[in-house]
Amino acid sequence: MAIAKRSRTELATQRFEYAPAPESTDHVKIEKRYDLFIGGRMVKAHSQKRFPTINPSNEEKLSEVVEADEVDVDRAVKAASKAFDSWSRIGASRRARYLFRISRILQERARELAVVETMDGGKPIKESRDVDIPLSAAHFFYYAGWADKLEWAFPNVKPRPIGVAGQVIPWNFPLLMLAWKIAPALAAGNTVVLKPAETTPLSALLFADICMQAELPDGVVNILTGAGKTGSLVVSHPAVRKVAFTGSTEVGKLIQRSLAGTGKRLTLELGGKAANIVFEDAPLDAAVEGIVNGIYFNQGHVCCAGSRLLVQESIFEPLLEKLKIRLGTLRLGDPLDKNTDIGAINSKAQLEKIAGLVESGVEEGAELFQPECKLPERGYWFPPTLFTNVSQSYRIAREEIFGPVLSVLTFRTPDEAVEKANNTPYGLSAGVWTDKGSRILWMAERMRAGVVWANTFNRFDPTSPFGGYKESGYGREGGLHGLLPYLELS
Amino acid sequence: MRGVRSVDQVGAEERAASLAKRSIKKASKLWALDLAIRCMDLTTLEGMDTPGKIAALCAKGIRPKPGDPTIPSVAAICIYPARVADAREHLGSSGVRVASVATAFPSGQSFLSLKIDETQQAVAAGADEVDMVIDRGAFLSGDYQKVYDEIVAIKEACGDAHLKVILETGELGTYDSVRRASILAMAAGADFIKTSTGKVQPAATLPVSLVMMEAIRDFVRETGRPVGFKPAGGIRTSKQAIAYLVVLYETLGPEWMTPERFRLGASSLLNDVLMQIEKERSGAYQSMDYFTID
Repeated sequence: MAIAKRSRTELATQRFEYAPAPESTDHVKIEKRYDLFIGGRMVKAHSQKRFPTINPSNEEKLSEVVEADEVDVDRAVKAASKAFDSWSRIGASRRARYLFRISRILQERARELAVVETMDGGKPIKESRDVDIPLSAAHFFYYAGWADKLEWAFPNVKPRPIGVAGQVIPWNFPLLMLAWKIAPALAAGNTVVLKPAETTPLSALLFADICMQAELPDGVVNILTGAGKTGSLVVSHPAVRKVAFTGSTEVGKLIQRSLAGTGKRLTLELGGKAANIVFEDAPLDAAVEGIVNGIYFNQGHVCCAGSRLLVQESIFEPLLEKLKIRLGTLRLGDPLDKNTDIGAINSKAQLEKIAGLVESGVEEGAELFQPECKLPERGYWFPPTLFTNVSQSYRIAREEIFGPVLSVLTFRTPDEAVEKANNTPYGLSAGVWTDKGSRILWMAERMRAGVVWANTFNRFDPTSPFGGYKESGYGREGGLHGLLPYLELS
Repeated sequence: MRGVRSVDQVGAEERAASLAKRSIKKASKLWALDLAIRCMDLTTLEGMDTPGKIAALCAKGIRPKPGDPTIPSVAAICIYPARVADAREHLGSSGVRVASVATAFPSGQSFLSLKIDETQQAVAAGADEVDMVIDRGAFLSGDYQKVYDEIVAIKEACGDAHLKVILETGELGTYDSVRRASILAMAAGADFIKTSTGKVQPAATLPVSLVMMEAIRDFVRETGRPVGFKPAGGIRTSKQAIAYLVVLYETLGPEWMTPERFRLGASSLLNDVLMQIEKERSGAYQSMDYFTID
């Protein structure tokens, strides 16, 4: 019988490569200029100063926002004070209803919010889509549930709201940090004046629109854009009774000094230099993923990032080999591409800071590794970076870099791991990788860190309190503990 | 064997889930679909298989889409030993290989002498490749030596034929066992390791495949000998097939994206791949009436 010849195709000679898969931006409308959200609507600012917000992946201007001045801050705080009288008394279940409504709208508008977050901040769309926005909605949903149960949560102490909360948030998780701040404050019956970060104001301005859509009573949430000056005006306004700040330790200390003697309540969530500790019995491939997720997630712009890798010396070589191969598969590029793993650095200033610290690492004698990685011509980019031969005394092992830079150190015994991990002025988080359950508990007892992750890293949930030891700040956000800073208990 | 490094279940499943979210579009999708056909072990493993059924399957394997020479042939036809001679006759020198299951497939619960004999007869009848099953009874009772010795014996019985070792991961219970069985099979001489027979649920899954690929990666690092990977069972859609290729690409790398090192065991996947290729080329879905059912 006749036998047909095997058929061959041209494609067989080519190599596999992912075609671009950009998320569409057609459905997103960004205004040319934005005003301030005060007293329930967008109002013209007193301040004449405006500044652009740009897309860090291509340096294109997205919009212009106001740098709110003293008069604007005063108006916003007054609107919040006025709203406090009724908001704190409308009945807890009605407050809950508004929060549930906001949570639902966040979910409904998730795609739009994810795209804006990625355009304004530079983070990969897969992260804003799968982490930032769903977690933000989850936070509102979670605290909505507490609103009418405060007396059960804190029995015999008559929980009461404090008043106007002044909240200043960072640029690494703009909407999520907004949710961490606003959801518990509102659930407890407070009103807020919030200032988003200078480089990432857009999702907060979209949130203003969501407050209007939810018909939240006027003045319960006020949003003022601006830079450091505006932030200091918010926290120092005499009618603000409670201050919440997430950002650098340096600014945190300034705020704490300025609030001394004012009687204002303060919580701070500051920097970190977390140790990610891998023991010799750890599941190595999972540990590699955890290390990558720990430091390269969101370009390392994560206060709890696992920026110090502590590896037991006996597995140093196989682990590092695996890690280096894995770094080679990270896809850096257009943050809107659904396959992008590493997006753009948030700002020029941050890029310079990262570059400077990396330079110091090389100068101090650490060994630099970067995978082959083509950086886009425009925008702010930094390749995933790894340092070996790092000593505890090097700047890259002590200072928070807040970028995709990992310092690798080794240890020999569990005691030494504890000692090295805790040997830092910070104490926000830590990671432990081992197959041995008893060692996880042993380590967790000894880590001076607010969060200890076991065989995972950078995992967040609204039900779990988050916060720091030492220079990483104080106060907890998330969980039942997250309500405490916003309540008067007597 | 008990010293083999452990696998973290949560970590493996998360990693697999994150890779499954890769968005493979346009040119890369066409490339992946083309590769899926080139790497396919087109399979029929039924009690009702007849010479006529085998003839039809062979024709489909050689020319998946009659009249369209841009569609490649599949890698192999995968069948029971008793049907090897039929397939050999129909495939002839087409280049499509004959793969035969063996060793008391799918349970493996028989005597070693019979398994060796079955393997030798399948190869004598013209099988280029043998898909054996491991003795899960021995594995789960901790008799790793017996499992190892049996694979060595079958490898020897194969002669020049390639040996794929089926772990039947759905019966192994944990990823730790999957990793152990993978290393055991490779150490005993497997040319390929394969997830499942397709007769047990769950069959191939993405996390199980990831764990096996990671075991291959570690084995290659230790020994320098590349071993192939074959997921089989339950892979019915192009989307699933592409997810396996993405995990392959990002775990073992481009060197594994060839039929010499990767196979997809499937009975009903081919027409869905053909339909997706048409969709990608023409922009429209065609009716199933335009694809031959063999």
